[in-house]
Amino acid sequence: MVIERPWKRWVYFYIPLTVFVIGTLFPFYWMLITAIRPDAELYRSWRAVNNTPFWTLNPTLEHFKDLFAKTTFPHWLWNTFFIAVISTGISLFCGLLAGYALARLKFPMAGALGTSIFVTYLVPPTLLFIPLADIIRNFQLGNTPWALILTYPTFLIPFCTWLLMGYFKTIPKELEECARIDGATRFGAMLRIIFPIAVPGILSAGIFAFTLSWNEFIYALVFLSSPERKTVPVGVVSEMIRGDIYFWGQLMAGALLGSIPVALVYSFFVEYYVTGLTGSVKG
Amino acid sequence: MAQVLMKDLNKKYDEVHAVKDVNLHIRDKEFIVLVGPSGCGKSTTLRMVAGLEEITAGEIAIGDRVVNDLPPKDRDIAMVFQNYALYPHMTVYDNMAFGLKMRKFAKPEIQKRVQEAAEILGIQDLLKRKPRQLSGGQRQRVAVGRAIVRHPQVFLFDEPLSNLDAKLRVQMRVELKRLHERLETTAIYVTHDQVEAMTLGDRVVVMKDGWIQQVGEPLELYTKPTNRFVAGFIGSPAMNFVDVGIQGSDGSLTAQGTGIRLAIPPANAARLGPYKGQRVTLGIRPEDLHIAAGADQAPYVFDAVVDVVEPLGSEILLDVKAGPNSLVARVDPTVRLKVHDGVRLAVNPERLHFFDTTSEKAI
Repeated sequence: MVIERPWKRWVYFYIPLTVFVIGTLFPFYWMLITAIRPDAELYRSWRAVNNTPFWTLNPTLEHFKDLFAKTTFPHWLWNTFFIAVISTGISLFCGLLAGYALARLKFPMAGALGTSIFVTYLVPPTLLFIPLADIIRNFQLGNTPWALILTYPTFLIPFCTWLLMGYFKTIPKELEECARIDGATRFGAMLRIIFPIAVPGILSAGIFAFTLSWNEFIYALVFLSSPERKTVPVGVVSEMIRGDIYFWGQLMAGALLGSIPVALVYSFFVEYYVTGLTGSVKG
Repeated sequence: MAQVLMKDLNKKYDEVHAVKDVNLHIRDKEFIVLVGPSGCGKSTTLRMVAGLEEITAGEIAIGDRVVNDLPPKDRDIAMVFQNYALYPHMTVYDNMAFGLKMRKFAKPEIQKRVQEAAEILGIQDLLKRKPRQLSGGQRQRVAVGRAIVRHPQVFLFDEPLSNLDAKLRVQMRVELKRLHERLETTAIYVTHDQVEAMTLGDRVVVMKDGWIQQVGEPLELYTKPTNRFVAGFIGSPAMNFVDVGIQGSDGSLTAQGTGIRLAIPPANAARLGPYKGQRVTLGIRPEDLHIAAGADQAPYVFDAVVDVVEPLGSEILLDVKAGPNSLVARVDPTVRLKVHDGVRLAVNPERLHFFDTTSEKAI
């Protein structure tokens, strides 16, 4: 792309980009600055002469210490991680097989089945949690991690299935036909040829599923009740607001620590993740 | 090495009857080419031999085994695909070794066979590369290499040259032919390109709408097509067809069309006798039309007007009009004619073809 005049580049590129970057990153900056701001500054009046809303001169780790000492935050982190990993694992496994079957095998009603799987993804969790709560109670899973590990796949499996189905369809079917002629069974061809080629797709499905379950709120709020069983998104909100008092420092410290794993996962796999969404390699 | 036998082979999809009653005996070591326009069932037939499509009815035998219910991996075949189907995550070496590894060959044996195949195809230097680092021609070689390391009973080729540019296609065609002479393995080759079919095939099978139209050696198809479709499909430029009526007077027959009138040579007269008073289709190959000279007998000469002149260097293609009929003549490059010039053309009387207008069968 050649833009001849510098001012055009500024108007159409740099300025919008700057605005966008600031808009995106500002909440994180606010989260960070609030997490390290001493209480005295946090509850200072907005009109006070020495009010400095955008920075602090006395950074402190007090809130982080409190978070670990006075709350069950480490439990929340572990719970969230445990639940996210297992439900992502289950969903990836089912999604891989279902996505492959829908993309490749010819069987009656395959198209209708694919669509209905997608439709289930469209049912909002805010409706679905009511019947699910009943099921959870009947199976006596309430207030255990399994309540979430088994309910998250209800939206993760359709999601993974669809993403992977789309990815499998971009892989030429001759590749596995060739593998089958070369001596592999259908399953062997899937494992040795299709899955290795689909790694970017599998990774992005996994990252997405992990993020979705890491950040999930409504089911976690409904199905878990004791403080030490909660996940980060629910725990931060329900335990850091006591009565009508917001413990802003701890709240933001918890949110910050809670978002770091997801950010790490994304930054490690960003390249795979992009190719995963844009299609497979060419044969 | 094996023969392949297809008996009353049929393939039906939900609504489409793709392959109809195909009976074909492919002899051991033969190079057979299935050719036809797209949708004629040639690829489906090949895929049924490979085991990639289920057989609706009929039987396929490779060697003396009926393979209908065998999965592809147990049929001892190798296939080369149009898009090469190289495994993108493996090196060239691993691509070629994959089939042998799956069949649990010992490592030294795998190495020996891959080296051997790589030498035959001249790709020794590429063994460590990934497919995406190769050019189209190189990928094609790797795909062929992957097929030959296995020493299968039958090679299957599904339009392997269609993705190459014209020059490379001609080159690979020659290489494939040389390769077949060296390996002496039965091969089934599918193409829509009649030139490939004619040059590669020991025998050629022409298909249309799921039916086999004709099976024969290339020159047999060219000189004795069994019907109008084969006559028009094989040969480039295609055979000229003229709608004519058969008329008879005192023992000799003439073919009378609008703007064209030719005597029917005595060799054809007997077969055309029953068609007296009816209409048939006359077929003339472009090279069987030439500029009339003194030696040409008057009954085999007609007048036409030049419509387009296509000089190809080694020859000139003359598109002419004789009445409403458009004909192409392949003439000597020394001929000097311009558009709208009148021209007297003569036919080669021994090489005229006649087809029944309704059944389209050769008469």
